[in-house]
Amino acid sequence: MIRLAALLAAVLSLGAAPQPAPVALDALLAEAPAPTLDAYRLFTDQGARAPNAGLTPYALNTPLFSDHSEKSRFLFLPPGTQATYAATGAFAFPVGAALVKTFAYPADLRKPGDQVRFIETRLLIHKPRGWVALTYVWNPEQTQAVLKRAGARLPVAVIDHAGRPLTIDYAVPNTNQCKECHSLSGVLAPIGPKARNLNGDLAYGSRRENQLAHWTRTGLLAGAPDPHAAPRTAVWNDPAEPLADRARAYLDANCGHCHNPEGMASNSGLFLHLEETDPANLGVRRRPVAAGRGSGGLEFDIDPGRPETSILLHRMKSREPGVMMPELGRSLVDEQGVALIADYLRSLPASR
Amino acid sequence: MATSKRALWGATLAAALVATTAQAATLTVNPGPDAQERLQTALLDAKPGDVVALGAGKFDFTDGLSLDVDNVTVTGAGQGKTVLSFAGQKGAGEGLLITSDGVTVRDLTLQDSKGDGIKSKGADRISFVSLTVQWTGGPKETNGAYGVYPVSSTNVLIDQVTGRGASDAGIYVGQSKNIIVRNSLAEFNVAGIEIENSTDADVFDNVATHNTGGILVFDLPGLPVMGGHSTRIFRNKVVDNDNPNFAPKGNIVASVPVGVGIMLMANRDVHVFDNDISGNQTSAVMLVSFSRSFDDKSYNPLPRDIVVRDNRLGRNGWLPGLPGGKMLAAATGGSLPPILWDGVTTYPGYDGPAPRLYLKDGPVLNLNLPKAGEVEAAKPTVTATLGSPGLPERAAVVLPVGQDKPAQ
Repeated sequence: MIRLAALLAAVLSLGAAPQPAPVALDALLAEAPAPTLDAYRLFTDQGARAPNAGLTPYALNTPLFSDHSEKSRFLFLPPGTQATYAATGAFAFPVGAALVKTFAYPADLRKPGDQVRFIETRLLIHKPRGWVALTYVWNPEQTQAVLKRAGARLPVAVIDHAGRPLTIDYAVPNTNQCKECHSLSGVLAPIGPKARNLNGDLAYGSRRENQLAHWTRTGLLAGAPDPHAAPRTAVWNDPAEPLADRARAYLDANCGHCHNPEGMASNSGLFLHLEETDPANLGVRRRPVAAGRGSGGLEFDIDPGRPETSILLHRMKSREPGVMMPELGRSLVDEQGVALIADYLRSLPASR
Repeated sequence: MATSKRALWGATLAAALVATTAQAATLTVNPGPDAQERLQTALLDAKPGDVVALGAGKFDFTDGLSLDVDNVTVTGAGQGKTVLSFAGQKGAGEGLLITSDGVTVRDLTLQDSKGDGIKSKGADRISFVSLTVQWTGGPKETNGAYGVYPVSSTNVLIDQVTGRGASDAGIYVGQSKNIIVRNSLAEFNVAGIEIENSTDADVFDNVATHNTGGILVFDLPGLPVMGGHSTRIFRNKVVDNDNPNFAPKGNIVASVPVGVGIMLMANRDVHVFDNDISGNQTSAVMLVSFSRSFDDKSYNPLPRDIVVRDNRLGRNGWLPGLPGGKMLAAATGGSLPPILWDGVTTYPGYDGPAPRLYLKDGPVLNLNLPKAGEVEAAKPTVTATLGSPGLPERAAVVLPVGQDKPAQ
């Protein structure tokens, strides 16, 4: 009897609760960006912890290192629309689509997901005239995120992996800097949601499912083959995967957005995207052209078999602007990434 | 009658003025707190045709700035008056990055950026006018690579620019087409002015002094744009390039010997004439082939179709910074002849005719190297001149209407 009453009460209150308003498609498509994130109604709560209907979480097999921040990602598609599968490159998304990515830190880097503070929420919106990148910076109270176009430096205090206090000099990019990575031949474009980087499992509630299969099953994606027939980027920190695959996946995600023939670093001739196969283009015994002091006095981008004399690793290990790579998106060294690439460079045959 | 006509004319004029102001706005930014955010916001807000005007004084930045709007002019109150300082820079690979077309940057000083000074990538009709880009701590290995750095561009104007202290080149143009570099000063850099993997460049009325090498025209293998050609270097003062090489090892310019006036490497159709070249201890004009290994089948490592004529040569070559240079100098009367060619005529996979050269100025030292870089196998010969006339000279570079205005 008590249980029935409770159930009845629950049903009644559910019926009484106002249905949250849907995502504000008009705000997403407006020419001018909304001054605050809440205007888009992408989330149903003030703190943007609860995604609205129509948002699907996603994760990448191998993401960009962003100073140890935790990143949550959502795809929004306007009702009744679909993305179109592509075997290479990002999927084709309809106008009105939005990619939503929040950068956040736990109080203690050893306890991910615990006492998480949001720093910024970035949007890539497919407007009628093309993709637009925007970022919204969260207030300390975590109640509002405000449009920030010119970039900012935010000190973020955390406890690091060794248990010591660490202040991260977190850089919010300016809108042009978004494009420096998110660009194909000078045009802003999504880079994360590629078939190969989504071809992995994700927990949807209590159920795990391959993301390509889930997107297909729920009608978000048209034209995708069975996941086994789709390309797949290795998971960079999964020791069960081959070293070379993990290293190439890491270089793809952390370097390949600029270092590809259509990217910001096309003029360097150093191409680190996963599709590149030519060893010289990949940096093997390649001499730098415009590295300047970034060369660190070394001769080759990759000196096979010798991580310690490879410019690529030298620049990954640096925190100095003008030397460090990537140029944007980090102020810390990704020690785990450095160790992976060092192992990989050591494994390359030191021929010639 | 006359009055009403004049009134009508006045009204038309006023309307025209209003229309003009509505079309092109000036966004003014002055030094002070939050300069980073205020200037970057202006660079984002600017519409095509607008001017972003920087007031006099010193601006301190903590991050790189960038512009991605076409047809914007960024102007200061003058070189040394508006100073953009990146001494406190924490991120980005350059001070100012330009990725849009039809941009002019003028009348300001930009200094102490952690990477390059001003870079433009894929930016057509890009103009750098009356600028100083410098590192203020003198020549140092830790200075940024390039001062002004247009790359992958068409129609490049560099006029009245000073580049100072770059650990690679003070004024650098790479992988570009249709280029004018004039009325500029390059000093205390490793390379003063460098034209690399580029086509159709006029470099004239410049001063290159106290660099390691004054003016360089190179072509390098393994780059998206290769096969640079058609550069004219004339009416420049290339004097006293005496700075020890301070380029970080690994960079191609780290191999430039101290005291080279003009160095041509692996490039085609370069004409060097009417320059004053003196006070360069290694060589006045040096022609060399690219001596490192390369895989690129389409790459030609030889300097070819080169004309060096009617330059005014002073004292050069008295202390050559080449391997075996002292012995060479001793063998040629204590000082190297001013014009030096490595004499390489072939490379692996090539069996065509020897490169055509007309080295009218002389004497000419031909090292007769059997292979690029094999200095120990040199069989030096000296002749009054080398080659014969007849190599056609490209017509003057012309920039699009509206981009090129004569210097005041």
